[in-house]
Amino acid sequence: MNAHRVTPQQVDWSRSRPRDRALDRSIISLTPQGARVLDLGCGNGDLLLRLKADREVEERGVELEPGAVAECLSRGLSVIQADLEESLTDLREGAFDVVVLNQVLLATARPLHLLTEALRVGRRVLVSFPNFTYWRIRSQIVFKGRLPVNPTLPYQWYDTPNIRLATVKDFRALCQDKRWKVHKELFVNLDRQDHPRTVRFWPNMRAALALFALERG
Amino acid sequence: MTQIVKRPETLPEIRPPEVRRLEPVRTQTVTFEGPGETLHLESGQTLHPVTVAYETYGQLNDARDNAVLVCHALSGDAHAAGYYGLEKDEKPGWWDVLIGPGKPLDTDKYFVISSNFLGGCKGTTGPSSINPATGKPYGLDFPFYTVKDMVQVQRRLLKYLGVPRLLAVIGGSLGGMQVLQWAISFPEMVRGAIPIATTARLSPQAIAFNEVARQAIMSDPDWNGGDYSLDAQPERGLGLARMIGHITYLSEQAMLRKFSRRYINGQGRTFCLTKDFQVESYLHHQGSSFVRRFDANTYLYITRAMDYFDLEAAYGRLSTAFSGCRCPFLVASFTSDWLFPPEQSRELVQALRRVGLDVSYCNIESDQGHDAFLLPGHRMGDVVAGFLERLTRMAAS
Repeated sequence: MNAHRVTPQQVDWSRSRPRDRALDRSIISLTPQGARVLDLGCGNGDLLLRLKADREVEERGVELEPGAVAECLSRGLSVIQADLEESLTDLREGAFDVVVLNQVLLATARPLHLLTEALRVGRRVLVSFPNFTYWRIRSQIVFKGRLPVNPTLPYQWYDTPNIRLATVKDFRALCQDKRWKVHKELFVNLDRQDHPRTVRFWPNMRAALALFALERG
Repeated sequence: MTQIVKRPETLPEIRPPEVRRLEPVRTQTVTFEGPGETLHLESGQTLHPVTVAYETYGQLNDARDNAVLVCHALSGDAHAAGYYGLEKDEKPGWWDVLIGPGKPLDTDKYFVISSNFLGGCKGTTGPSSINPATGKPYGLDFPFYTVKDMVQVQRRLLKYLGVPRLLAVIGGSLGGMQVLQWAISFPEMVRGAIPIATTARLSPQAIAFNEVARQAIMSDPDWNGGDYSLDAQPERGLGLARMIGHITYLSEQAMLRKFSRRYINGQGRTFCLTKDFQVESYLHHQGSSFVRRFDANTYLYITRAMDYFDLEAAYGRLSTAFSGCRCPFLVASFTSDWLFPPEQSRELVQALRRVGLDVSYCNIESDQGHDAFLLPGHRMGDVVAGFLERLTRMAAS
């Protein structure tokens, strides 16, 4: 049944490292001091380590790739190896102050279900994803006729972990439709050194990455 | 059609090669006797006196908060690390890969305790011990004991050693069952629990293998209803039991890698019924070396203790069993372990998380089957070291 799903071993996660770390500072700023944080798809634990250092959070992580889990554990983090969606069913409502979905939503089979579950177990959910209507991506498709490969979408169509595409407008529409409270929106581009630069106007066209802070209504 | 068997990559150990060794170690014993020292067992029977064989490595610090209890598996003993320093080609303790200076259970930091469990045959009172009432080995007069009873005895040992609280309890397989029981029986004494390659209850398949092993022993005429002298063991039955055990501890991949279908003499078939294949020779070797160091009746009792361990039955629901636990858990399983499969570890993780406990879990890549927890060459050491450092930090804050 899961045969069609991307197995984690096939993905070279090091390629998306600059993108995956680009919003760390923003995520930290949206995390209260001493919060209980659940990072879904925590990779090798870089973000959780920063959150512990800067915000003294009580950390929990979920990750499917065994090597990354072992790295997290040897770094002294509390992480379980599990499928993201399945890992949430054992958790009580409101068990966490913050649930992080950093660049993982589009790689899941049931993103809507995952978001709903994340909002059940967390009071605040921080979701980030690459914006597919960023102008560089649009022009690449229009003028070159090729699917984009760039710092925020660093994979070819055949080896990408993303099995979904989303845009800023799409996500806003979903939040409206589901009556989710958007506490904060944040949009960035990456400069030549992969540093994030905040985008304030027309994010659907001008931002490469989006970060939404959702809260339970 | 050719079947391609893909061997999972085993990750190299990150730690630099160990150069420092433990000082020569020795097994010590303590006997609990006198009024108030009678051991009341789950079976309703009692035992008195009880001797415990144990080893310790490293130093207990002034705050007495750096002790780590190591629980051994079915055929293990108190000798978990280092060398006695007696013979040149002597083998180190069974978990020497994990315990020692600079190793994951770093004896420069932690005070490591390992005891032969209750009912063992390596110095702790068990079926091969002399029954003070008769002057002969207990044999089948020895009372049945459980994992919970083993933990009670370890608790007494800690009291004797002046250890009020454990930084961690760690163990694999049957040792892992003791770890779970520790966290349940004495939650106030455990700061961290590390059950490895274990389960909250054996599968019927594992019970079946245990039963075949017991029948192998009991059908040996030398077993004589459990009444044999210790220098005339039921060797064939006990050897056979160990051979069965060893098949279940390895994996199909591990056997293929170690032995393939190789013949012993390299020539091929000899058309005889004695050992022809290398895998057969391996099993015979394991069987006969086991006979020299283990007691048949003890094997019967210990496998029964494993069969009877069932947290769900004992507490109603698995999560109820853990509802009184307070410590963080590190659960680890191995991908190719089919005797204590990863699925059983995931059940543990699920139950522990349901009661809101701090749980880490890692399914470690290995093709070595259940035995992987005793062997080097995978990430278990790093993972355990990271968890212990975290526990130390938590204890300090």
